[in-house]
Amino acid sequence: MKRLLKEFTKGITIENPTFGLVLGLCPTLAVSTSVINAIGMGVAATFVLLGSNIIISSVRKLIPDQIRIPCFIVIIATFVTIVELLMKAYFPALNTALGIFVPLIVVNCIVLGRAEAFACKRPVVDSIFDALGMGVGFTLALCIIAAIREVLGAGKLLGFSLSKGFEPAAIMILAPGALLTMGLLIGLVNYWHIKQKTNKEIKRVGCNGCK
Amino acid sequence: MPDRLYVSVSPHIHSGESVPRVMRTVFIALIPSGLAGVFIFGFPALKVMLISILSCLITECLIQKARRQKIAASDGSAALTGLLLAYNLSSNVPFWIPLAGGIFAIAIAKQAFGGLGANIFNPALAARAFLLASWPKHMTEFLRPFSADGITQATPLTVIKEGAVKGLSDLGISYWDLFLGRRGGCLGEVCIIALLLGALYLLWKGYIWYHAPAGFVLTVGGLSWIFAAQGFLKGDFLFSVLAGGLILGAFYMATDYVTTPITKRGQLVFGIGCGIIAFVIRRFGGYPEGVSYSILIMNALTPLIDRYLRPRKYGLSKSK
Repeated sequence: MKRLLKEFTKGITIENPTFGLVLGLCPTLAVSTSVINAIGMGVAATFVLLGSNIIISSVRKLIPDQIRIPCFIVIIATFVTIVELLMKAYFPALNTALGIFVPLIVVNCIVLGRAEAFACKRPVVDSIFDALGMGVGFTLALCIIAAIREVLGAGKLLGFSLSKGFEPAAIMILAPGALLTMGLLIGLVNYWHIKQKTNKEIKRVGCNGCK
Repeated sequence: MPDRLYVSVSPHIHSGESVPRVMRTVFIALIPSGLAGVFIFGFPALKVMLISILSCLITECLIQKARRQKIAASDGSAALTGLLLAYNLSSNVPFWIPLAGGIFAIAIAKQAFGGLGANIFNPALAARAFLLASWPKHMTEFLRPFSADGITQATPLTVIKEGAVKGLSDLGISYWDLFLGRRGGCLGEVCIIALLLGALYLLWKGYIWYHAPAGFVLTVGGLSWIFAAQGFLKGDFLFSVLAGGLILGAFYMATDYVTTPITKRGQLVFGIGCGIIAFVIRRFGGYPEGVSYSILIMNALTPLIDRYLRPRKYGLSKSK
């Protein structure tokens, strides 16, 4: 159980797809203009990740090694098609807002990356927890970026206007705002990681390390 | 203690030059245009300058404190960034525009890259680009000179970009007006004579070389003359040089020590590159003025220029 929990939490913290692995940047930069879009994208990607990880992990012994990438893509594309049709049927507004980035989940590096690096080598249960962790980590990262950009760039949060006197900085909902926000957040996360690592090292070595 | 023996590595002879001294000299060179700005646009111009400088200084202190560095805001580099940023703003912007610009210039464009000497882009211009993209309405509204009641007026370049008039004669102003600064524009860019005075002082003191400004100004003027909207070789050389922020950009921003090439040849290439980009933006792009973007783009190319125009080492032959 502890192992499974570790597979789950690593996707949120140390191997966070956006801040740690820096994968899947196209959707991150493009749809993080509002929190609603970010949640929609995150949930869609999590669903695809979960589905593809389960299927790939269960048929991992049947897939020949030489043609594994095409096989992964076919499986991933199946789930993306499901998500796309569901979204078109039940959330047409969200589908319009996300646009091309829903079908583009097929080539999202996070999904393919987890299939290649994890699901094709590990049992199904592990893969489920890995997919959930990665999905939640991706969604959380998207939401943090989107919240900052929506507040600064549109003066809103979740679509509600925050203040009347504040004139939002339009650059934050444009492409440069996404890069600025993400760069600063990655810097902050790396700062924490380095600090934690040093603290651990100090604890491990103790005061004798300085001799 | 005259009897103590000092042991140190070279260099042993120092010119006495230091960062605060350089910054102070450039500051002095910029004072005439600041006075001209206040004279032309009134006290709001002074307010914009003060807010911008204070915002830069305070941000610098806070970030150096947060990074546990020695607080070196008194070296004047942050204050100079603030002043140059204010010169790039209209005099009637709301108070939070220079405030936000100063924070962006120091926190993002300078300190996030490592502080003084490590920034890739000119902080003042990066902040201007940030403000222009964020609040285009406030950044493109300019006061008519010598009017206390806040009548706005487009800059000459904007009027020409919109296609209403073709040249200087239709605008109702003369070259002399442009030279003295009787036109709408950013508060530090309008008075050409004051800017040139400061630039001459810097050139005389040897703090800047003429290569980048000359390349920049001649390229913009020449290209505007050759490929003019009125026809081949029918452009207005003098108007294109005087009408925008070209003089301010060429003499004070294309000569920044940190973000431009080191060698004279490199600076010439830098200036010509800036000139080509600025001309293309003015003539074919969406904005009426392209000086600030051209300098930012060439800032990004500066390491490349320095790499390819490396000076020959003394005593070595040219071939590899």
